[in-house]
This record gives sequence, structure tokens and C-alpha cells, in this order.
Amino acid sequence: MEKQKQAKAWSLELLPLGDAALLMRVGSAISIETRRRVQMLAAAVEAQPFTGYRECVPSFAAVAVHYDPLLVRRSRSGAELAHETVFETVSARMRAYLEQELPNEAAQSARTIEIPVCYGGEYGPDLAFVAKHNGITEQEVVAIHSDAAYLVYMLGFAPGFPYLGGMSERIAAPRRQTPRTSIPQGSVGIAGKQTGVYSVSTPGGWQLIGRTPLALFRPQEPIPSLLRPGDSVRFKPIASEEYMSYLEGER
Amino acid sequence: MSLSILRPGLLTTVQDLGRHGYQKYGVLTGGAMDTGAARAANLLVGNEEHEAVLELTLHGAELLAEKEMLLAICGADMSVTADGDSLPLWRPVLVRSGVVIKFGACLSGCRSYLAVAGGIDVPNVMGSRSTYLRGGIGGFEGRALKSGDVLNTKPAGLLSERMKSQLSGDRAESIAAPLWHASHFAIAASLADPIIRAMPGSHFGRFTEGSQQALFGQTYQIALQSDRMGYRLEGAQKLALTAPQELLSEAVANGTVQLPEGGNPIVLLADRQTTGGYPRIAQVASVDIPVFAQLKPGDRFRFEAITQQEAERLYLYSERDMRMLKAAISLKVNAAN
Repeated sequence: MEKQKQAKAWSLELLPLGDAALLMRVGSAISIETRRRVQMLAAAVEAQPFTGYRECVPSFAAVAVHYDPLLVRRSRSGAELAHETVFETVSARMRAYLEQELPNEAAQSARTIEIPVCYGGEYGPDLAFVAKHNGITEQEVVAIHSDAAYLVYMLGFAPGFPYLGGMSERIAAPRRQTPRTSIPQGSVGIAGKQTGVYSVSTPGGWQLIGRTPLALFRPQEPIPSLLRPGDSVRFKPIASEEYMSYLEGER
Repeated sequence: MSLSILRPGLLTTVQDLGRHGYQKYGVLTGGAMDTGAARAANLLVGNEEHEAVLELTLHGAELLAEKEMLLAICGADMSVTADGDSLPLWRPVLVRSGVVIKFGACLSGCRSYLAVAGGIDVPNVMGSRSTYLRGGIGGFEGRALKSGDVLNTKPAGLLSERMKSQLSGDRAESIAAPLWHASHFAIAASLADPIIRAMPGSHFGRFTEGSQQALFGQTYQIALQSDRMGYRLEGAQKLALTAPQELLSEAVANGTVQLPEGGNPIVLLADRQTTGGYPRIAQVASVDIPVFAQLKPGDRFRFEAITQQEAERLYLYSERDMRMLKAAISLKVNAAN
């Protein structure tokens, strides 16, 4: 019952995202509580999808639901028949999820994923810049970066790319003025107060401090991403020999 | 062996109707840019709408039919020939073994779709046969086609076999096609300076009044830096927010019109990222995305504002048209049998 009250107290905003998707906003800022709501809502929809549901995309403070307007319209019943738009029908169906008891995320065991990183050298050409920018040594950057636990807020930008929260401002650094045209897969970077791992090779402007041999995008696996929202991530410094042997193990 | 790539043209990829269910892992949807043409091409050879087809861009492709095959080409008119003879669009065409299919000058539109009876046989990766270029997966070896590639086709269904046998009477010509066609679906590809219908996006109200009017009033041109990921637009008046905004990344959709710094909109298309952090000023109606995807750099168009309700109504009508095309084809083929 406590949970129901909580759900009803959420600030809730339903917005069309075109004629085949809508956005359900449950907060307005990045916070652990908002992320928890986003995850609970996404899990509830996935556990009991409505007719016409296609997929949902959780982000920092919203869940997008993509749907098939034709199937939703054909499956209307009861009060839904009076709706003027399919958007209205899907909105009503989304609100109905909050009337139920939402799945408790805490019941799932929170995962901690360790990501081995070879810092500096050819893998982290900008480590020196990040150190200098913050007036500390390269070793201190590595120590600070690998000491924290990071929370995966969402995946996006590229397949398996995590938006991580929890980096110390002591190693924050601006983006490069000229982005690199190609950044190798596995590169670990810093941009402003954020840290992240490039899951595929792509152009980008982040300051690169190291590289992981782990594949974050895993197209051959049922869940094609190493990380999932809600995971806790820790970076573990490794030597370049270890990097090579990890890489062989991954293959 | 069935279809050899002699020359790939500008960009030729295997596409279907997209990869759904993995956006939450950052995996983009992809699929045909003009889904209307891709679906029609499939229906015209007796396939289900979602089979894998070839998407050819602008010009230059040359293909060799290594066996007799039933195919249909829909979308842009690229002056297609079969051994030098004009090959008609928007209808099933039986092509003899050894015939070279050549895509020439692009007379209208930007993307052409070639479906073969049975569908192109490439592995199903995460529920789709679409090529995901940046992820290096799906389609043919996760990449655009090159000279020397050979595509196989899946076994043709009953409807396709009936079409083939009805067309295989005259053996002298390089191709055989019925008189009937579905070119009423081609309107999308032949419009000059079209109107693209769109709904105001969720951040529309945060733009200045002048910007709101300019978006739906001025003529836009498709910029050179436009691709399957999105089209950049150029307009005389740059658009501006009333105040700077710090937005959280949120999901985007096919047809989302974003406004990055600089004041020129970007329309996100099939290979868009799953999420974005720029203000969303508008959203192209689903029915007009195929029209838009047939515009090429340099083409001009205007946006027209419509309501959510109108967009949904148009969507339902266009789906009804597609169902009617499917029914009509099956009726024609089975009645002639």
C-alpha cells in the first residue's frame, strides 16, 4: 500500500513523441530516486505489455513507450472507446500501471560490474591532460577514477554505451576542442563531470584516459549490453600485459 | 547464388522494417528509410512486408541475376534497365537468368528498393536483417555491399511461385511483367517541393514566437551533410529558444525534429541514436517520413502543422491502403490461376 501511495504522488507528465510513441516523465532532474521510478515503471510495462506495445526506452527521468497505433486503436475497450486519440488511450494505459503495485527493484539483486582498465600510455593519451588540468598527478587521476562506484543511469548514444553517475569533480575535464574522428572501442573517457566507455568505435570529443578489453556491446547475446540501468560499475586498473590476456580471453 | 553485385553504387545495404526491442540497450532501429516503398516491393513479389530488401541510394548500382528471379523495384526512379531495356517500377518483374540490372540517373526520389521473391537471405540478428553500419552487424556482413558480393534468396512462397508461373510464358524477352502495377504508391517519390506534415514537438513552446512561425512558414533545403541517421536542414531564418535550456537526454523517435546550436533543425531518421539531448521542436507525421526520406540534398520542402489526431488518422488510412494492396495482389494472382 505504501508503494501505491508513492506512485500516485509522483509528478507525472505524459507527452506525445510523434504518432507512434509517448514519453512519460517522472522527474525533472538526475537523481537516484528518479532513476528508481523510471526503472520500476519500465519493468511494470515490460512485465505486462498492453496490446500494441512495441518497446520502451528508459532515460534519466522518463520512459518512452513506442507503440503500434493501429493495434492500440483496434484493442480499445470500455472507456477507451470515447478517446479522441490513440495517444489518449496509451496515456490511460500508462497511468493504469501506476495504480498497480509496481515491481520492487530492490528485489532484484543489484549487480556490481568490474571493468578492467589499462590507464594511460597509448590507451589513454589524454591522461596527462586531465592530471594537469586538475593540478594532480596521473597516478592520482587513476586512483580517484578507480576508487569510486558508478551508477548506470541509462544506455544510449551508442549500443551498450552507459551514462554513468558518481565521478569525482577532482578529475573533471572539458571536452577536446577538436573531436577525434575515430575513437577505438573500449576507450574510457572523461567529458565535463561525466565518465564513460565507448562501446563501439565512433568519432568523439572525450578526454581518453584508458581502455578496457571488455566488450560493452554484445550483439550475439540475448541481452546485447554488458551493462544495464541500475548496475554499479567499478573500474579496476590493469597493466598492459593483463589487457592483452583479457583481450584473448574475450575472443 | 542468385544476385551478384557488379557495382554497388553510392550506398547499397540490406534493410527490412527495422530492429525493434533493443533501443533500451542503445541499439538503433534502422531499417528501410522509405518503409512504404520497401513494404510495397515485398508485397509485389508475394512476400510478407517485412522481408529483407536492397536499399539503393541515388545512382550507380549494377546487379546480375544469376538465375531467373521474380523481383520488384519501388521508390526512387533511377532509370532502371534490364540488359538495356527499361525495367518498369512498382510491379512484379520476372527477370531471366544472366540479365544485368542497371540503376542509372536518378529522375525522382533518392532511394530505391529492390525486393526478390522469398526475400534476401542474410542472418537474422536481434530480430532483424537490417544492416547496422555503425554497429557492424546485420545485413550482409554488417556492411554496405561491394562489387563481387553475392546475395542468396530464401525459398519463394506459394503466391510468389504463382506469379512466376503466370509470367514465364514468353521466353524471348529479358524480362516479363504484368500490366497491373501499384504506382499510385509512387506519389511520394515524385512530388516536387513537397509539404511535410508535422506536429509541434514537446519543446515547441520554449522557442520564440518568430521561430515557431518560421518553422512552419519558411522553405527549407536539405543540407549536404544528410544521411540515414538524419537530415540537416537549412532555412533563411535561424530558430532560437526564448532562454537557454539544460535538457536531460531522453528518447527520440523516427521523424523527431531536433534543434542543436546554430538554429538549423535536424530531422532524425532510420539510423538515429536512441536518445538525444537537444530540444525537440517538432515531430514529422509517420505517413510523411517516406516522402521525406525520398528527398535528397538540395531539395526543398515546407513543414505544415497538423494535430496529433490528424497524424493518427492519416497513419490509420495509410495502413488501410497497404492492407488493400496486399489483398488486391493476392486476389489478382489467385483469380488468374
